[in-house]
Amino acid sequence: MLLTVTDLHKGYASADGQITVLDGVSLSLNAGETLALTGESGSGKSTLLHLIGGLDSAYRGQILLDGVDLTALNDADRAALRRGTVGVVFQQFNLIPSLKVADNISFQARLADRHDAAWCAQLANRMGLDAQLDKYPEQLSGGQQQRVALARTLAPRPKLVLADEPTGNLDEETAATVLALMLDLVRDTGAGLLMVTHSQALAGQMQRQIHLRKGRIA
Amino acid sequence: MTRATLHALLSHWWRNPLQLFTLLAGLALATALWSGVQAINAEASASYDAAAATLGEGQFDQLTARDGGTIPQATYVALRRAGWQVSPVVEGRLNGVRVVGLDPLTAPGGLGPITVSDGVEINTFLSGGGQVFGRAEMLDRLPDIGAQPVSAPDVAPGTVLTDIGLAQELLGRDGVITRLIVVPEQPLGRPSLAEVSPDLTRQVAQGTNDLGRLTDSFHLNLTAFGLLSFAVGIFIVNGAIGLAFEQRRPVVRTLRALGVPLRSLMILMAAELAVMALVAGAIGVALGYVIASLLLPDVAATLQGLYGQTVSGTLQLRPVWWLSGLAIALGGTALAAASAFWRLAKMPLLAGGSRRALSMAAGRTAQVQGVLAAILLICAAGLALVADGMVTGFALLGTLLIGAALALPLILDRVLALAAWLSRGIRAQWFWADTRQQLPGLSLALAALLLAMAANVGVSTMVSSFRLTFVGFLDQRLASELYVTAEDAAQADALTAYAADRVDAILPIQSADTQVRDLPTEVFGARIGPTYTDNWTFLTATDAPWQRVADGGGILINEQLARRTGLALRDTVPIMDTTFTVAGIYGDYGNPIGQAILSEDVFATLYPDVNALQFGLRLPPDSVAAFRADLTRDLGISEGAMINQAGIKQFSLDVFDRTFTVTTALNVLTLAVAGFAILMSLLTLAALRVPQLAPAWAMGMTRRSLGVVELIRAVILAVFTAAIAMPLGLALAWALLSVVNVAAFGWKLPMFLFPADYARLGLFALVAAALAALWPAWRLASTPPADLLKVFSNER
Repeated sequence: MLLTVTDLHKGYASADGQITVLDGVSLSLNAGETLALTGESGSGKSTLLHLIGGLDSAYRGQILLDGVDLTALNDADRAALRRGTVGVVFQQFNLIPSLKVADNISFQARLADRHDAAWCAQLANRMGLDAQLDKYPEQLSGGQQQRVALARTLAPRPKLVLADEPTGNLDEETAATVLALMLDLVRDTGAGLLMVTHSQALAGQMQRQIHLRKGRIA
Repeated sequence: MTRATLHALLSHWWRNPLQLFTLLAGLALATALWSGVQAINAEASASYDAAAATLGEGQFDQLTARDGGTIPQATYVALRRAGWQVSPVVEGRLNGVRVVGLDPLTAPGGLGPITVSDGVEINTFLSGGGQVFGRAEMLDRLPDIGAQPVSAPDVAPGTVLTDIGLAQELLGRDGVITRLIVVPEQPLGRPSLAEVSPDLTRQVAQGTNDLGRLTDSFHLNLTAFGLLSFAVGIFIVNGAIGLAFEQRRPVVRTLRALGVPLRSLMILMAAELAVMALVAGAIGVALGYVIASLLLPDVAATLQGLYGQTVSGTLQLRPVWWLSGLAIALGGTALAAASAFWRLAKMPLLAGGSRRALSMAAGRTAQVQGVLAAILLICAAGLALVADGMVTGFALLGTLLIGAALALPLILDRVLALAAWLSRGIRAQWFWADTRQQLPGLSLALAALLLAMAANVGVSTMVSSFRLTFVGFLDQRLASELYVTAEDAAQADALTAYAADRVDAILPIQSADTQVRDLPTEVFGARIGPTYTDNWTFLTATDAPWQRVADGGGILINEQLARRTGLALRDTVPIMDTTFTVAGIYGDYGNPIGQAILSEDVFATLYPDVNALQFGLRLPPDSVAAFRADLTRDLGISEGAMINQAGIKQFSLDVFDRTFTVTTALNVLTLAVAGFAILMSLLTLAALRVPQLAPAWAMGMTRRSLGVVELIRAVILAVFTAAIAMPLGLALAWALLSVVNVAAFGWKLPMFLFPADYARLGLFALVAAALAALWPAWRLASTPPADLLKVFSNER
């Protein structure tokens, strides 16, 4: 099992008192498997994704990723996990604006000391970015930027890809293209994919779906 | 990982070269002004040390002839035989160079070239035909004297040293000594000076502390200006770093999300800044060297004119100086970056993704800033009541200026809110609201402008007040139309006999050195008459002060003596076993030491051996030229021994005007740096402005009108800042005149106001702000519509 989440609880303190975001969530994911995480706004989807990706901490329950218990990790260990094991695709792309497309694609792989120039070139080619490699992100369209972000995520060959509304900022046609590419590449690399989405149409293309409602699996 | 992260971080600067330039230029300018001032101070300090080390000035007691003349060689021999450990010195001028002859065998340790240069051959030095030591430029000015010139950079400026025999020969003073240095360790039981040589008087080593304190004050003033300029520069750096960090927040978040640990990120960013600080520091040190080279001649003139201290007019590269320049650049960067790093360290990984508005940050810190400003200004008010020394004086200046700089954004915010409230029409309301939103981004540059303008107002008020007072003082003190110096007592007698029937009054200028309450004091004997009674004004005096002096029981003292000894009117002052009562205290601007005036008769009783060699002569101004010719023809008095009143006044004013050239130059530089700060702030903010202005453009405002609005905004903010800078500058002037000046120089100056100067300065500031805003406004007006549209298509 690539990922096992057991009885996960997470809450925030607010002026109105304690707000529960995740309330006993459990799930699992195998390598090479795709899973859609759907739910209304505020249902806890992104929070769950952030916890699994080691972007957030301070929770109750257990997350086992590739045999590692995230609860036991400190900041530096979680950073190492993000570099090597997990790849995150953000809704806002989060490219580095001052680096060219080619550097953005290879960036995370270089961080993880897993840079493979041929693989990066292949990713760029499959993403249709060959002509954009010398450009800066601001010179690309939204769809192109998201493809760069996707290539960057896959460049170090992560075991688990987490995608947070990866097509939320794209039009329908571009979204479909990006998703198809993502699914193809994830399948090719054998990584697990956990994707947060509002769209039932996108969710339908995943092997499994989980619906969150008020912090619980419905 | 490190390489990739560093690449990502550094790429920000390549993509934002203007920001990089702002950072480097701000830091380089700050370092330049600071290290320039430090270079001047270091050079002056080295000159003082050289003077003390090579000439023993202020270090050792000295014996001089009572009549102010020379000492026969026989007197020296008699003293040595009696057991007095003294060393002869002969001094004179040759081609404008001060030639000093020492006897290296009897001179106290640490004097002379023996310790100055390793290449000294004692035999050659002692042979009398041997070596002359000095700076290269001084050696070049000497005629061919058949001696070997030896370059010695540590010899006091304007001076050459040689063996006393050679010096006597060069100066044509065979067998004559100018003064005798008294070695500190003297044998017990030796006869008194009066027994061995009653014609000599012993001058106790003095001046070093007093003069040192005065020159220290001058250098402290320079340092304060250097610090102020540095602070202005650091404002720029702080703004640039703050903005760069702000713009890189999303990148930092992304880097962390991709697995770069916060600690590594901070170390890399600190290293990145350190490298930049070193580069900018090196540029700044080089610029500082240029500034110091340009200012040093004026500083040297100032020190010579004010304190009689000779400082080299050329600059040397001292390792301590450029290392400290680099250190201050590093320290300044650390200071400027501290808050940015603090925010970075505290920034949660999942902070809001949108670019955080600067105003939000400012809003959170406004309260803390307000409290700090209030505390500092209250401290300043308290210090204004109690400050009475250099330290408290500068603490007053510091708290006042920093408090005002911190309060500025808060005051401007309130003013803009009021303007928005009073405005009618949607455009005006939008303008004020938008200006208010810009305030946090511009506040550092405006604070720099505030400080620069306040410094300008303060220092120009001080200098102009000083000049006005000084001119009046010269009119009072230089009442005589002609001043004549006799060569000796015989010529003095001949002069007084000759002039007795030809001039309206002869005023002998005679003085002796004494100590009043342990303070070195010069006592004058005045021939009291209308020249004194009609022209002199007192800071405070009893009734008929001159009459009291003429009666023999009264004494007049200068302000310096009164302040430093705590003497007040009607206090008693003992001089040579006679007690006098203070009848008046007068202003004595430009004089570093204490001074007292007795009547001519009393002075003659106390100092019977002192003969006046200098005289002020009262005669109709149109007769001066003819009378000078008569004196030369009939008494053989050389032209060089006579000075017209007008000549002295002009000389004094020239010295004065050069005195403040340095501070004026630093003022101008500080204002220029502030203008640069505004330019850089506007340029760096320009990128953030597009999303803010795009909606206004979309709703019908032209790009041109948006550019004009930007220009008007900068000018209006400068107007408000100038309005606050004026009273702040006047407060600064008051502190300088009433606290710092008194502590530094010993006199208090009346404060005059110069509204025309202030209006001109305000105009300069507005022009500087408008010029600074011109380019950013033009760039904004030229923003392609496509860039404005991107704001709405979320592709920025």
